[in-house]
Amino acid sequence: MEILNEIKFIMPSLSVNEGAARAVVSSFLIQADPTVEELSDIRTAVSEAVTNAVVHGYRRQKGNIELTVRLLPDRVIYIKVRDKGCGIADVEQAMEPLFTTAPEEERSGLGFSVMQSFMDRLTVRSAPGKGTTVIMRKRLSAHGD
Amino acid sequence: MNIDIKNENGAAIARLSGEIDHHNAKELRAELDRFIVTAQPRELAIDFGGITFMDSSGIGLIMGRSKLMKECGGRLEVRNPQPYIRRVLKLAGLERIVRIR
Repeated sequence: MEILNEIKFIMPSLSVNEGAARAVVSSFLIQADPTVEELSDIRTAVSEAVTNAVVHGYRRQKGNIELTVRLLPDRVIYIKVRDKGCGIADVEQAMEPLFTTAPEEERSGLGFSVMQSFMDRLTVRSAPGKGTTVIMRKRLSAHGD
Repeated sequence: MNIDIKNENGAAIARLSGEIDHHNAKELRAELDRFIVTAQPRELAIDFGGITFMDSSGIGLIMGRSKLMKECGGRLEVRNPQPYIRRVLKLAGLERIVRIR
């Protein structure tokens, strides 16, 4: 598919970068003129995906998180969050609402549910020892112009 | 992230402002817990009016404080969440656990 514009942002798995990732996405999406609600949805989904990489992917070791944001035709926003951390053995189970492996940190187990309900499409690819890739898409409403 | 707590005769209100994510929820959690355990308020209202962003880390924060308030014999309430934050709360079914005004 044709890519109209793209940005890649690589950050170490520090929790402070959850906010940095949201700021990068917000700045890049200004050109697409999303509604306030659409921008909130996307920022929240990105925050969840990056937090998962920090908290779960790189729980035992630090590493890099790669965030890719693309503007595709028909006002479709494509977001990829990739880590090379420990990976998920059972993706289906990880995506169940309220399932968490970090209750001591008060993780609610709703990260994937938020991504699913705030974005149009969510794909998770993961394998133990190989890391996790989360791909999300959302089509922005036609407005303005 | 800012927090301002006022306590009047056991009815306390904690006004939050800024963004709630996994990174800053830790500090917020520690501050609220310190207050709950020392002051033992009968009621604690967390005012989200000044919160500009919240992801599911906020859900864990509310559920954890609600549990601690119950253990201390009190009750937690959530006030003034913006419509978008209300959607995150609803997704978690939080209105069944705490009062949202």
